Amino acid sequence: MECARLPAEETNKDLLRFLTCGSVDDGKSTLIGRLLHDSKLIFEDQLSTLAKDSIRYGTTGDDIDFALLVDGLEAEREQGITIDVAYRFFTTPRRSFIVTDTPGHEQYTRNMATAASKADLAIILIDARKGVLLQTRRHSLICSLLGLRHVVVAVNKIDLVAYQADIFDRIVTDYCAFASQFGFSSIVSFPISARNGDNVVKLSDKTPWYSGPALLDYLETINVENETAEASFRFPVQWVNRPNADFRGYAGTVVSGTVNSGDPIFVAGSSRTSSVKELITSAGPQQFAQAGDAITITLADELDIARGDLLASPMSRPEVSDQFAAHIIWMSDQALMPGRSYLARIGTRVTPITVTGIRHKVDVNTSAHLAAQTLDLNDIAFCNFATDTPVAFDPYVHNHKTGAFIVIDRFTNHTLGAGMIAFGLRRGTTIHRQTTLLGKSERAAQKRQRPAIVWLTGLSGAGKSTIANIVERQLHAAGHHTMLLDGDTMRHGLNRDLGFTEADRVENIRRASEVAKLLLDAGLIVLCSFISPYRAEREMARRLFSDEEFIEVFVDTPIDECVRRDPKGLYAKAKAGTIKNFTGIDAPYEAPHNPEIHLHTIGQQPEQLSEKIIRKLAELGRIG
Amino acid sequence: MREVVAEFKKPVMLYSIGKDSSVMLHLAIKAFHPAELPFPLLHVDTTWKFREMIAFRDETARRLGIEMLVHVNHDGLSRGIGPIASGSSVHTQIMKTEALKQALDLHGFDAALGGARRDEEKSRAKERIFSFRSQGHVWDPRNQRPELWNLFNGRIRPGETVRVFPLSNWTELDIWHYVMLENIAVVPLYFAKHRPVVRRDGTWIMVDDNRLPFRPNEEPEVRLVRFRTLGCYPLTGAIESHAVSLEDIVSEMQSTRVSERQGRLIDSDESASMEKKKREGYF
Repeated sequence: MECARLPAEETNKDLLRFLTCGSVDDGKSTLIGRLLHDSKLIFEDQLSTLAKDSIRYGTTGDDIDFALLVDGLEAEREQGITIDVAYRFFTTPRRSFIVTDTPGHEQYTRNMATAASKADLAIILIDARKGVLLQTRRHSLICSLLGLRHVVVAVNKIDLVAYQADIFDRIVTDYCAFASQFGFSSIVSFPISARNGDNVVKLSDKTPWYSGPALLDYLETINVENETAEASFRFPVQWVNRPNADFRGYAGTVVSGTVNSGDPIFVAGSSRTSSVKELITSAGPQQFAQAGDAITITLADELDIARGDLLASPMSRPEVSDQFAAHIIWMSDQALMPGRSYLARIGTRVTPITVTGIRHKVDVNTSAHLAAQTLDLNDIAFCNFATDTPVAFDPYVHNHKTGAFIVIDRFTNHTLGAGMIAFGLRRGTTIHRQTTLLGKSERAAQKRQRPAIVWLTGLSGAGKSTIANIVERQLHAAGHHTMLLDGDTMRHGLNRDLGFTEADRVENIRRASEVAKLLLDAGLIVLCSFISPYRAEREMARRLFSDEEFIEVFVDTPIDECVRRDPKGLYAKAKAGTIKNFTGIDAPYEAPHNPEIHLHTIGQQPEQLSEKIIRKLAELGRIG
Repeated sequence: MREVVAEFKKPVMLYSIGKDSSVMLHLAIKAFHPAELPFPLLHVDTTWKFREMIAFRDETARRLGIEMLVHVNHDGLSRGIGPIASGSSVHTQIMKTEALKQALDLHGFDAALGGARRDEEKSRAKERIFSFRSQGHVWDPRNQRPELWNLFNGRIRPGETVRVFPLSNWTELDIWHYVMLENIAVVPLYFAKHRPVVRRDGTWIMVDDNRLPFRPNEEPEVRLVRFRTLGCYPLTGAIESHAVSLEDIVSEMQSTRVSERQGRLIDSDESASMEKKKREGYF
């Protein structure tokens, strides 16, 4: 069980999940408060707290401020805006509802996407006095990207435009004109006043020109049957249940489709097939399971299946690829860098992932395609992705459960973005590495050594290249075969198209580590001298090699000392502002947490420091 | 819950003995069948719980053969902290919040499953299902991870912990429907019975033992009462009710005009008090 299923679902009582979106002060919270109040779903003690709070924080004079029912956190009350996603529950005789209230404030797009990922329907509020705004377009775009199919347009504050029919009609026409591109399957509009209750729960006598149902009536009856039950069978393995040696079951939730005891099963990724032996629940084996059921599956054959694998119907297989194109919504202050290594969670699988290219950024207000090097908080873009291992997926439009992923920071573990896969990239499935007859161990054996990467990182002027040169000379003198890669040298050739922005630094290190890998495959001991200021990129480099092959050396010289030495006169220029993005001055340096070798250079001679590296290479058996 | 077992090194289930805990435990047993529960249960005992709760806890552990850890803040106890001597907010802070942190640190648990629901209280309405706590168990509402689809991010660094609320989207009524549907055992205090009570602060407080001092004009009397929520007995108000069966409770629920936590004296100090407690590490 991921999130325990509600009994309402178990008993097939109908549940509608919807979100409200609109600009600040369009009245989202007020509308929810009004729905709860007029359906008599607010308890007496909550009402008395509300009356108290309305006087203290309210913005409606002496009237009760319904928004205060929904705005929960102290900070929000002070600012008068909702800052996060709040969940409300109410039940009418006809239906149960889960409402997510989402902020309309510019910088909180990520919360809206969060709410939209779990909703069947969106209520888009438009202030009758203001009409369709840029934010209305943005909210509609996000709803559409996240695959919402049903939209309610609530033209609120109709009382403040004297209940005029032509104003309502004009807003609806405006909205439908631009929303046609989003492919919603239904758009229904209501003229309402959340504050006075017009057409929310009861039809208003002030809008005789409006002939439709009241909003709640519509919410209670709209059919949002989704197709998950008809979609192909998909079952991400959540946990392997092995209470003893005789039992091996795969526990998880059927995310789409149905499965019967005896059905053939395809294990995506390993491309093996088997069949369902039993569908197990605590009430005993059952014949059948469908989307939403939490079950444990046993298979007829013993296959090596682990958490993260996807069981599917062999008749309708998911795509398997290590490259795909997807939309992404970026949710972090820390910008997305193409080439940087992140983690992705797809279904129950977690795998390293990088953006190999930003195809275009989407202007959320106009839906226009823009060029971009990096993505900032609340940016939406269409990108190419590459994963370290092939993953199984379906396009998001076909299956939300197997086509969605989140992006996680490798160090802070924060959730950084949300992705929706559009399609697999053919090159992912067709390019295979050419196998060579000789390997690095044969090549290295001929040189009587074992290959290694010595990665020196540190500030400009810390002494990296000086130390690397001494180490190389000593190794050479001892008869070893080496190569030295240096940041400045690389930038004169292979990397001369790159500058010093964060994105270019990421690419600089990616290319450098790939070159280092080729040299290692040639059997060499490779000395790499790069500032390499970001942990993520050093980690990316490290992952190209095995543990004993990669030696990270932190050349630790305090910034003041580097500035004092300033061998190339660069710090002076950076301080004068003639060089931008200079590490240590106006660009960050992230020191390693656990380098294999930590060299404090103050008071030490470069020869002493080099000796430590040579000793480490001998210790690890890289040199004789 | 399986997600928690798959993602964390040392999870625990917080067991408060209430109806939500009963449902959560029942679901866990179902989720891991046929294996045994892969984590222990932890009860933070303030020493002021109803006697029937403690009896039910011990009975449940025995009946299901579950490892039940019980933690008491002995330091607080020796300082004489209690709901009557120290007042509700100090008592809750020391004997529940601090005690919980002590217990989690003592055993090194990195994930704690809890039965809290979003419909209970306003600041709970914004709680994540995976609620992230930094070192020292601090909850920062501005630094919670977005939760999209059912893709939970349970990755943490050493010292950080996560509280997980699998019943987030259940309502009080859902709980009772499910208890009825699956015939789950709950503490008898939820059913109406003649019990000795006193009228205090607009609610009925049960005289569960002789530690409850009476205020002037308070006279214990016997009333037909039941509890909608359970906690420390001097802080938990009963309601007058005739509901003696699960069916009665459900029908009473459907006609009630008062919310569940109204019986909790700890929430009514200030309307933002729950958020304050949570920032300090309360569940």
